[in-house]
Amino acid sequence: MNETTKEILKTVADFDGEFKGAYNIRVNGACASRQSTEHIKIETKSDAPGLVVTIDADTIGETVYVPACVTEGGVDDLVYNDFYVGENADVTIVAGCGVHSDDAADAKHNGIHRFFLGKGSKVLYKEKHIGTGKGKGAKRINPVTDAYLENGAVLTMDTIQLSGVDTTDRKTTAKLAENAKIVVRERLLTDGEEYAKTDFDVILEGVNSGADIVSRSVAKGNSKQEYFSRIIGKAACTGHTECDAILAGNGKVYATPALYAENEDASLIHEAAIGKIAGEQLLKLRTLGLTEAEAEEKIIMGFLK
Amino acid sequence: MLELRNISWNVPGGKEVLKDINLIIPDGKLVVITGPNGSGKTTLAKIIAGIVEPTSGSIFLDGEDITGLNITERAKKGISFAFQQPVRFKGITVRDLLELSAGKELNQAELCDLLGKVGLCTRDYIDREVNAALSGGEIKRIEIATVLARGTSYSVFDEPEAGIDLWSFTGLIKVFEELKKKNHGTQVIISHQERIINIADEVVVIADGVVRNTGAKEKILPTLLASDKTVGGCPVEMRGAK
Ligand SMILES: Nc1ncnc2c1ncn2[C@@H]1O[C@H](COP(=O)(O)OP(=O)(O)OP(=O)(O)O)[C@@H](O)[C@H]1O
Ligand SMILES: [Mg+2]
Repeated sequence: MNETTKEILKTVADFDGEFKGAYNIRVNGACASRQSTEHIKIETKSDAPGLVVTIDADTIGETVYVPACVTEGGVDDLVYNDFYVGENADVTIVAGCGVHSDDAADAKHNGIHRFFLGKGSKVLYKEKHIGTGKGKGAKRINPVTDAYLENGAVLTMDTIQLSGVDTTDRKTTAKLAENAKIVVRERLLTDGEEYAKTDFDVILEGVNSGADIVSRSVAKGNSKQEYFSRIIGKAACTGHTECDAILAGNGKVYATPALYAENEDASLIHEAAIGKIAGEQLLKLRTLGLTEAEAEEKIIMGFLK
Repeated sequence: MLELRNISWNVPGGKEVLKDINLIIPDGKLVVITGPNGSGKTTLAKIIAGIVEPTSGSIFLDGEDITGLNITERAKKGISFAFQQPVRFKGITVRDLLELSAGKELNQAELCDLLGKVGLCTRDYIDREVNAALSGGEIKRIEIATVLARGTSYSVFDEPEAGIDLWSFTGLIKVFEELKKKNHGTQVIISHQERIINIADEVVVIADGVVRNTGAKEKILPTLLASDKTVGGCPVEMRGAK
């Protein structure tokens, strides 16, 4: 494992030389190392590049790591990972991705992840993305996440992308049965000429299902972001989608939240707020002795924490 | 010593709010500024902190003209300001804000000490965000704690008692008395409260944009309580005007 790979793994998956538990490390489209555990089995997918991760019913408190690294230009990685989570399991899945290019060629990762959450299971899905390297080649990450939640399942997605990814196109869909919940916390910072698009499509099919999607983002430099979010309520359910964006420099943000209520007991809310940092916030921090630039940095970092 | 010389301020393109204010705030003294709503007290405090630029006049700190210094520079000179309407932040916790105020990391004991002074239990508040979920009284206490955390020689509190319940009042008064003792701190407190005026070394009454009266509380307090000229509304000649 080279230094670039180690750096990326440390940033995106808190790698400190080893992973405790089940893991699969993917580097430049190939499996660098893998380990299954008693309750979490990782196998090679037979019909496409990727993995099948099977988590036994009632597995509690374990973490599985499936980070992917692209460490050089000219790599266009495509991977399909399926996660089958057994009934009443309660696990954490860490799937960070880092793309690095030191040359003129693009480095690209497309991860297509499907989650099948069994009855009563709980998953915390952590996904951190980063682009590094000084090459002219563009760093691109395009994740697709499709989640299917059975009765009472809960999926919490914690996604973060703070720097270096030239373009990202995220597509997340979820279909929820009764009593299932999806919670999304997305944090995004773009700068320079970067572009990020994020698109959520959540179908609340079951009675008492719920979605809470919150995206916080900062668009600096000349960067541009697009936020789409659609919640479809087909039963008595609750849905909330929120896009909260800060503009700095010449950043642009387009937010298009949408609600489709198809049942009279569906209760859906959307919020979108886009604007500069509130002047009062800068003033307060400056009265504490911070310069304007320091204050801006603290406010943004707090906002994206 | 903080000195305001001939300070005036106009609403941009509008009325004159402060008219030729002259004030001296001696070292180690607690000065309470009081006066009717809208008389210009907050504006004056913001002029001291550098948030509002006076239309004319100058400000001296220990003999140095600081009129041209910006907010950050004045903060670094030792001026702290607790806002009448504290600012809320998404994602910044009480701990973050106090550490930014102190300019260093704070240990548990230091945090307990600061929050204890404003009557908040550290355990309940330290990791809470300073956001819209805090109640009016809670955020007001945290605002005061940010000034205490800085521990500078000059503190300006804009209506610190507003929204703070009666039970905590005694504790709050103690905070101001302690501040005065410690490093000979100089304090300006804007207040409408008799109990705060009572601990003042000097009271300044601002009305209609001028210093209406100034002196020891024994002299000023009776005039405040006796006066009924502060009844609001339109000037007589405007009442009933079409
Ligand atoms: N930016 C502004 N634009 C227009 N008017 C302003 C502005 N700032 C202050 N004023 C006006 O100046 C006057 C003084 O305001 P200031 O906030 O200083 O009053 P105050 O004495 O602190 O009142 P209170 O006791 O209600 O806090 C008020 O009439 C206010 O409406
Ligand atoms: Mg005021």
